[in-house]
Amino acid sequence: MTAPAFTISRATPESRIALAFAVLGLLALAAGPYWLDRNGMRIVGDFMVYLGLASLWNLLAGYAGLVSVGQQAYVGFGGYVLFGAAIFLGVPPLLAVPIAGVGAAIISVPISYLVFRLKGAYFAIGTWVVAEVFMLLASQWSALGGGSGISLPIAIVREIGATRAMRENLIYWTTLGTTAAILIAVYLLLRSKWGLALQAIRDSETAAESSGVSVANAKRLLYVVACAGAAMIGAIYFMTKLRISPSAAFSVNDWTAFVIFMTVIGGIGRIEGPIVGAALFILLRETLSDLGAIYLIILGVIAVAVMLLAPKGIWGLLQEKFGWQLFPVGRKLVLDTSKKEGN
Amino acid sequence: MVWVNAILQGVLVGGLYALFAAGLSLIFGVMRLVNIAHGDLIVLAGYVALTCVTLTSMNPLVAILVVAPLSALFGYALQRLVFNRTLGPDILPPLLVSFGLSVIIQNALLQVYTADSRKLNAGPIEIATIPVADGLSVGVLPLVMFVTAVVIIGGLQFMFYATPLGRALRATSDDQDVARLMGYNNKHLYGIAMAISLAVVAVAAVFLAVRTNFDPALGPQRLIFGFEAVIIGGLGNLWGTLAGGVILGVAQAVGAMINPGWQLLAGHLVFLAVLAFRPQGLFPRVDG
Repeated sequence: MTAPAFTISRATPESRIALAFAVLGLLALAAGPYWLDRNGMRIVGDFMVYLGLASLWNLLAGYAGLVSVGQQAYVGFGGYVLFGAAIFLGVPPLLAVPIAGVGAAIISVPISYLVFRLKGAYFAIGTWVVAEVFMLLASQWSALGGGSGISLPIAIVREIGATRAMRENLIYWTTLGTTAAILIAVYLLLRSKWGLALQAIRDSETAAESSGVSVANAKRLLYVVACAGAAMIGAIYFMTKLRISPSAAFSVNDWTAFVIFMTVIGGIGRIEGPIVGAALFILLRETLSDLGAIYLIILGVIAVAVMLLAPKGIWGLLQEKFGWQLFPVGRKLVLDTSKKEGN
Repeated sequence: MVWVNAILQGVLVGGLYALFAAGLSLIFGVMRLVNIAHGDLIVLAGYVALTCVTLTSMNPLVAILVVAPLSALFGYALQRLVFNRTLGPDILPPLLVSFGLSVIIQNALLQVYTADSRKLNAGPIEIATIPVADGLSVGVLPLVMFVTAVVIIGGLQFMFYATPLGRALRATSDDQDVARLMGYNNKHLYGIAMAISLAVVAVAAVFLAVRTNFDPALGPQRLIFGFEAVIIGGLGNLWGTLAGGVILGVAQAVGAMINPGWQLLAGHLVFLAVLAFRPQGLFPRVDG
């Protein structure tokens, strides 16, 4: 008589397929410059920018309950670090991307001590005020164009790559690589010890604290990671645009409202949610953007409707219906029934 | 004298900021809802007043009598039909829904009224002044606005602590379930609270529209000013909110005196300093 054999499994049949598709998809996108036209590359680039931001925001709000409305502070910070480092210090722009990430990680620590004093919805507006301060400071920085912004000098642009095609490909791969790295980091983080702690916090902060999770440290770690990621994405985005201005760099609509909408529509608190949401957002934008303000009204209405009628988002609905778990972060007990027969 | 003047103007603007904040503070106090669309609702009410004035050529200050009841009705409906569905232990749904509403209102205004900036003209009262001292005079309109703000905040305070409605609102704020057991209809009370909040918004909107140019994108900044006034003054204290608004107004006026680019920055820095050194605000509520 032996105890029933069992194994602890994380993978599900569909997760193995999803992983294979994710790898194939990444390879296909990495080969993008060979089969996509310039417009296609632009769309994939924007998709990657938003996917990265949405995944990071999902980590903050969906897992740690840190509903930040101020991530544009770091997107803009990253952009300005890239422009400042390239123009004043002669740092190659591609190298300035990780520098922006490190810089944001460093400044986000003291800021976290300030904004973490506010709870819940007040935290949200507190982070927004910080972003406003960043924007006003950038507008005062006359060497970088003040309120009207500045373009990346042509000599620095040539440094990225000699020809236009080469530059565009290099930036494309950097965008893809950064977002892929962010997604993999999020996935691995959620599967790690910290991830378990974060999911415990998501489900009940009090219960997590009493089980020995250091809620404050876990939240701060997450905030720093999310801010560093946002800054790198911002640096890349404004390198693509070759121009930066305070209103574009610190736009609450572009970098927070849309990001929140796509996370909520896709499904908050799930890795798959931002992927679905960002894809849908880009699809809507490419088909409806001619409508201007009406397109944004439609987007707002969809986000409100999803929040009221299906708060778990599109992915939440699919998951409930089919039980899919494409990127499982939990664990499952699998009893091995075949071996029992032999005993 | 320039400095005294700047500070005086700052104090008077502070009354307007306190009006932005009072509605925000009220609904947070009653139902723990932070309405991100608050600033956009102010701008919306400003445009409704503009339409009223254009259609009937009445004085904007009189238009308050039309816009405030409309705004209150809209608030009641908004609460019953939308916000009541989002209230619960999770703070995310009300936040996201009001964020969505903010984007919807901004873009709807953009679609209907275009991005041109507008202003309401209140007539001769706009340039009337009262001389206070040599080289120092106070505008009649800013003074009227400040006094109105004080009266409204006093009225809200009275409503909250000395009327049956206030008792009901405080009861639901303290404990929703017990309030229901006592026979209160929370959903209706929340509707009333939002209606009052938006009636105050309408007054603030007309004052804002008379004082400065406004356009559809102005909302978020009004929300931030209101929010800062609430936090500086201390949560749950309406007189504190008035003080917070005044402090914010003075900080901005002094900042603008030093360097015109520092006006907004100075206000935000005072807010962050309060957060850093006195996170409960300067005058937090003392619960009896």
